[in-house]
Amino acid sequence: MSQLEIKDLHVAIGEKAIVKGLTLTIRSGEVHAIMGPNGTGKSTLSKAIAGHPDYTITSGDVLLDGKSILELEADERARAGLFLAFQYPSEIPGVSIANFLRAALQARLAEGEEIDATAYYKRLYAKMDMLKIDRKFTSRSVNDGFSGGEKKRCEILQMAMLEPKFSLMDETDSGLDIDALRIVAEGVNTLRGPNLGVLLITHYQRLLNYIVPDFVHVMYDGRIVKSGGKDLALELEAKGYDWVKKELAAATAA
Amino acid sequence: MSASTLSSTPATVGAFTPEAFAAHLASLPPLPAWWLDRKRAAYERFASLPMPKRTDESWRFSNIATLTLDGFALPAPTASSHHAPIGIQKSAKLVFANNRLSTREPLAADLAARGVIVDSLQNALVRHGDLVREHLLAQPQRLGSAKFAALHEAFLADGAFVYVPKGVEVELPVGLFSYAAGANTAVFPHTLVVAAENSRVTVVEYFGSAEDHDAHFACGANDLYAGHGAQIVYVGKQDWSESTLSFQLNSTVVRRDARVQSLNLHLGARQARSESLSQLQAPGAFSEMLALTVAHDAQEFDQRTLQIHQAPNTKSDLLYKNALRDKAKTIFSGLIIVDPDAQQTDAYQSNRNLMLSDDAEANALPGLEIQANDVRCTHGATTSRIDREQEFYLQSRGIDRAAADELITFGFFEDVLNRLASDELHTALRNLIQSKFKK
Repeated sequence: MSQLEIKDLHVAIGEKAIVKGLTLTIRSGEVHAIMGPNGTGKSTLSKAIAGHPDYTITSGDVLLDGKSILELEADERARAGLFLAFQYPSEIPGVSIANFLRAALQARLAEGEEIDATAYYKRLYAKMDMLKIDRKFTSRSVNDGFSGGEKKRCEILQMAMLEPKFSLMDETDSGLDIDALRIVAEGVNTLRGPNLGVLLITHYQRLLNYIVPDFVHVMYDGRIVKSGGKDLALELEAKGYDWVKKELAAATAA
Repeated sequence: MSASTLSSTPATVGAFTPEAFAAHLASLPPLPAWWLDRKRAAYERFASLPMPKRTDESWRFSNIATLTLDGFALPAPTASSHHAPIGIQKSAKLVFANNRLSTREPLAADLAARGVIVDSLQNALVRHGDLVREHLLAQPQRLGSAKFAALHEAFLADGAFVYVPKGVEVELPVGLFSYAAGANTAVFPHTLVVAAENSRVTVVEYFGSAEDHDAHFACGANDLYAGHGAQIVYVGKQDWSESTLSFQLNSTVVRRDARVQSLNLHLGARQARSESLSQLQAPGAFSEMLALTVAHDAQEFDQRTLQIHQAPNTKSDLLYKNALRDKAKTIFSGLIIVDPDAQQTDAYQSNRNLMLSDDAEANALPGLEIQANDVRCTHGATTSRIDREQEFYLQSRGIDRAAADELITFGFFEDVLNRLASDELHTALRNLIQSKFKK
């Protein structure tokens, strides 16, 4: 059982404060959804936790199983068990998915240890079959010329192979039509289980029809302003974000 | 040539004095007189030509101060047995150590019976004098290193001679190895490939040092000649020690409907100058000129190329890719010349630089000189910094910076490596590049 604790986290890009005191704890097996209007700091939160160099953590802490990860480089955080599924995954021309994943797994081995190629391909193909991904996919360059749906499936495949303790999924639904969305959600549901904690960042409720969260949090102006169960997402869908804003304004005024 | 030019200043000849040259001639076995005459003339040329100057256009951006020839010496013949296999199947193999043939694996009897020759230049000079005389160092030096070409000719002791007769196809590559051993050793590797009408051959050449820490002076050259309809694939792997000063002067002649594909991999040396001249002499000739460079620390790779279209309906395609790390420097200067009657020329020249460090320096000087009016010529150079988001993407998968650089470099090189038809060669090159990233 692992635990990812985000404690009163403040994040800035340059001088501009974006995340302004966010606290949240995720345990293995849980799926938390963070919803909120655009520009509220959702993506910043995920990139800061993953260790993007452009995001400065000005105060607060992020602990993985009780240990702060803030001093770690992005690659060290990944090897410690974090995974970021990107909203806009980078294209890496000339590097096949098979070689890319192999390098990522190799990075997790001790020096001098080599990946067993046969076992690697066996496992890769098993994961691809599980996620219903065509095997031809492995020889294509990472995200190079991929459709929106292919890029997101490629993220899910990487997640399946790297088996993180926690996955931060940034707007996984953006740019997907309903069929692609269903396929990607199915992939996440397949990987869901007692050893994985998920933080699902989304603007729209529709993703949550397919990936049903255990907890829903509403983020506004760099903070979580409301938390609840999966029904909160439906309430938000019905009433819109203005409802939260008004409630918040009323609370601040009082 | 007057006697005064022979008593040149040490600055212009360094260790390669008239006495050293006389000792070199004395060390050779009996060789044809025409060749010894050419060597003497070459020595005079070498001694009289000035060292390159900073103001020479063909040396623009090059570090001239570090070209000194002082301190190097011709090695005593060595019994060095150093050899590192590159893991490919070969039809024949010649290994040279310090300018002498040290090991050979002969051709299969059936190829030899069909007239294929893979032999030392010394033997070929004696046994196949006319062929050697016609093609050995027979092309003009137009890229700036005439002095070093003359030095090469003067001190060339031995090298490889590959001849494939009309209509014969050699399936497996011919493997050639040149090693330098011992501190401050000077080596002069040479490879001459003559592919007669409608023949096919692949030659894979490796240049390396017996010890990583020794400095060498390597002054090599090759001549590739593709007769009508012939196909030559040449792969050169330059992996000298990183304190070596290296020159490699390559010449390719392509005749009617012939095709030459050359790929030069540059990894070693502290300063490496490579010059490649391709002459497309008859209709249907095609020259594909490829190069990959991984430059790190303070290495300098200086690449000068010339594609000359001398006949109509000829094609050349040049793609040089450099990956630069640390404080490394590369220079690419390429020129396409299209002669007045070379209509329907199709010429392409591209230099791409991937900067893996902010302190590295890539210089590019692409050029065209077109005298025909119905041609298609494109040239260009790009230099781009590794993308930060790409780097973060890789890191977010657990891959550290160094491994990320390696992976992105391979991605960058992939389209060049994919031009090789042989998977085995592709893998051998990948392994060699990988070993550089482990240094």
